[in-house]
Amino acid sequence: MDIPYIVEERADTGLNNVKLGIWLFLASEASYVLLRLMAVEWPLGVDVLNVPLGAVNTAVLIGSSVTMVMAYASLKMDSLDRYKWWMSWTIGLALLFMVIKGFEYNHEFDIGNFPWTSTYLAIYFTMTGLHALHIIGGVIVNSYFLGPGAKMWETNKAQFTNRVEAAGLYWHFVDLVWIFLFPVLYLL
Amino acid sequence: MPDVTTAEHAAKAGHGHEHGHEEQSFWRQYIFSVDHKVIGIQYAITGLLFLLFGFGLMMLMRWQIAYPGAPIPLIGGLLGDERAPGGIMLPEFYNQLGAMHGTIMVFLGVVPLAVGGFGNFVLPLQIGAPDMAFPKLNMASYWSFFLGGVVMFASFFVPGGAANSGWTSYAPLSVFATTGQTLWLVGMIFLITSSLLGSVNFIVTTIQLRAPGLSFMRLPFFVWAQLVTAFLLLLAFPPLEAAGVLQLMDRVAGTSFFLPSGLVYADAPWEASGGGSVLLWQHLFWFLAHPEVYVLILPAMGIVAEILANNTRKPVWGYRVLVYSVVFLGFMSFVVWAPHMFLTGMGTTMSSFFQTTTMIISIPSVVILSALFITLYGGSIRFTVPMLFALAFLPMFGIGGLTGLPLGLSAPDIHLHDTYYVIGHFHYVVAPGTLMALFGGIYYWFPKATGRKMSDLLGRIHFWGSFVAINVVFMPMLYQGTAGMNRRMYDGGEQYQMNADVLWLNEVISIGAWVLAFFQLFFIYNFFNSIKRGEKVGANPWQATTIEWQAPSPPPHGNFAAPPVAYRGPYEYSVPGAPNDFVMQGDPDSAAQPAKV
Repeated sequence: MDIPYIVEERADTGLNNVKLGIWLFLASEASYVLLRLMAVEWPLGVDVLNVPLGAVNTAVLIGSSVTMVMAYASLKMDSLDRYKWWMSWTIGLALLFMVIKGFEYNHEFDIGNFPWTSTYLAIYFTMTGLHALHIIGGVIVNSYFLGPGAKMWETNKAQFTNRVEAAGLYWHFVDLVWIFLFPVLYLL
Repeated sequence: MPDVTTAEHAAKAGHGHEHGHEEQSFWRQYIFSVDHKVIGIQYAITGLLFLLFGFGLMMLMRWQIAYPGAPIPLIGGLLGDERAPGGIMLPEFYNQLGAMHGTIMVFLGVVPLAVGGFGNFVLPLQIGAPDMAFPKLNMASYWSFFLGGVVMFASFFVPGGAANSGWTSYAPLSVFATTGQTLWLVGMIFLITSSLLGSVNFIVTTIQLRAPGLSFMRLPFFVWAQLVTAFLLLLAFPPLEAAGVLQLMDRVAGTSFFLPSGLVYADAPWEASGGGSVLLWQHLFWFLAHPEVYVLILPAMGIVAEILANNTRKPVWGYRVLVYSVVFLGFMSFVVWAPHMFLTGMGTTMSSFFQTTTMIISIPSVVILSALFITLYGGSIRFTVPMLFALAFLPMFGIGGLTGLPLGLSAPDIHLHDTYYVIGHFHYVVAPGTLMALFGGIYYWFPKATGRKMSDLLGRIHFWGSFVAINVVFMPMLYQGTAGMNRRMYDGGEQYQMNADVLWLNEVISIGAWVLAFFQLFFIYNFFNSIKRGEKVGANPWQATTIEWQAPSPPPHGNFAAPPVAYRGPYEYSVPGAPNDFVMQGDPDSAAQPAKV
């Protein structure tokens, strides 16, 4: 027996396995973030952080979400070349985000702001750090689907498209977390 | 895809070649396997080994409690000077043993066995699926668990030894603790990642891969119990992972998430920015750890329901009520964490709220237990070995549950908090309760996994010896605790005058623990001996009804020769007019029984 509903949807649930799985995974991540936020006291405002840089980064990340959608849409339109073009942009923008983040961290360290300086900075570094880890994870997965993983296109188009969709859901989630973090950490 | 060699490829790609398992190497087939049955057995054996190890830690502690300051016989000299110079246990080592006993038993023993082991092995078979929905993820889940176990085990050998702040790792004590605590946190992050991946897999498998005709109300109760458990693991564990990362930051990066301002440690002000909250850790920890109690108990209830139906030759009484209760229990378990914190000064409003929710959650538990008891009524009971364990579960879990009520009420909790009563209470739930059910489950599904039965005589010796000994261990603890004896005492409570009357029980309990260990030898021998030499059995040795008994024993890769179909509910025993006293779920013969829900 083979495992059913890898690509096609099960009639009575209206889902395929991958989509249900990635949504459950994201649900658990959401409860993780929520509880963490409920938990901490909010010590102070924002003079410490570089709001323009953060805003640029927000734009970069939203941009990468858009290109991710374009990559998925290209597969749906049966064009692997366009998919590779948009996926490269997605990865490139994610890396740009990390570079800008690196400059921000570097600046904070230069002016003597470290995780142990205050609880506000501890929260800033922990949350953006964990977010960055998620970005790195996403870049690894997306790079796999751009490179060796794309071979699946020749053998099983539907399943490959599915995989890219799941990666996309994850990517939008990571993006969404940033859209949440940016106002909370930088603006409030 | 012309040249598929590995079976999981075949399974994933969704085409016919899945007889590739003969071509697999030893490593692919037994070590890095993606077959849910192999992974389930890996989980179960690793879990059993950790249970034995955790029990060993406890036997060392029981020596110190029964005979404080006396050198440990036999192995005392092997422990080394930093743990037990001259064989006499140091208080620091006692604390490590206590913290690691709890951690290992819960996170590396019972949960991997009950969820990872039974869930992985039985659940896909019971719903008629060829495998889990994500076989590779399943393997990743096991190996993440394994790594977590290795890290935990290794922490005994770092300077300062393993974590020693209790299994709850309360801040700020844990923030100041030795290196072992850092490894504890890293280990926990691996374990939580593992259970997260596992729970996603369980939920998707249950929802998507049910056999045709197997509607939700035809699922065996075991599957329901595992499904609710998976949701608890999915939603309750991540907050502890978050808390673990925060504590790791406190310890490694010098942050102050759990450190208040103006903290003095070892007569000197602690160098930290402060401003954190100590109670925050407790909230985050218990937000996981109370649902965790239900993670420990629900799979056991599922196993017991299967065994009871099979051995009473009756349908489980009140199937729908059982299902609604277990779902309600799952929801409620997220709002009952704070009775563990009644004495922390979180306030009376919080206390009243949580004592109300705690009383409410006892209702579905009592309903489930009552339904299982009523199942016995009027049955023609077969006293097989699994049935003995399942029968023992009922009163044992009953005692465990009822002794919990006084702890859930804020007034009696003032007296009972942090005494041996608490230890007695939760051990009655987890040890004589869950563990009895898990042993029953091992005897019950062993023929499915190996094609052979375990020895009946050795099983009975194991049961009766364990059943008596385990009560000798835990019953006196309730008595000691009611008398006011504190837990976590390195000298077993000798230093307090008020304990004088109940101190003699320490030795009784310790001897009970060693006797309990002795009777496990019968199980260990029986387990390994039966794999090679047990009595050979066919596909359905217990004359059971659920779908897993349709597959050959042991089931091949892919499980079923033809996709099974469910025609009726899971417990069609003693159907009036049917030729046999059981009608299998996948039996299409409508003459045997008109299909009904």
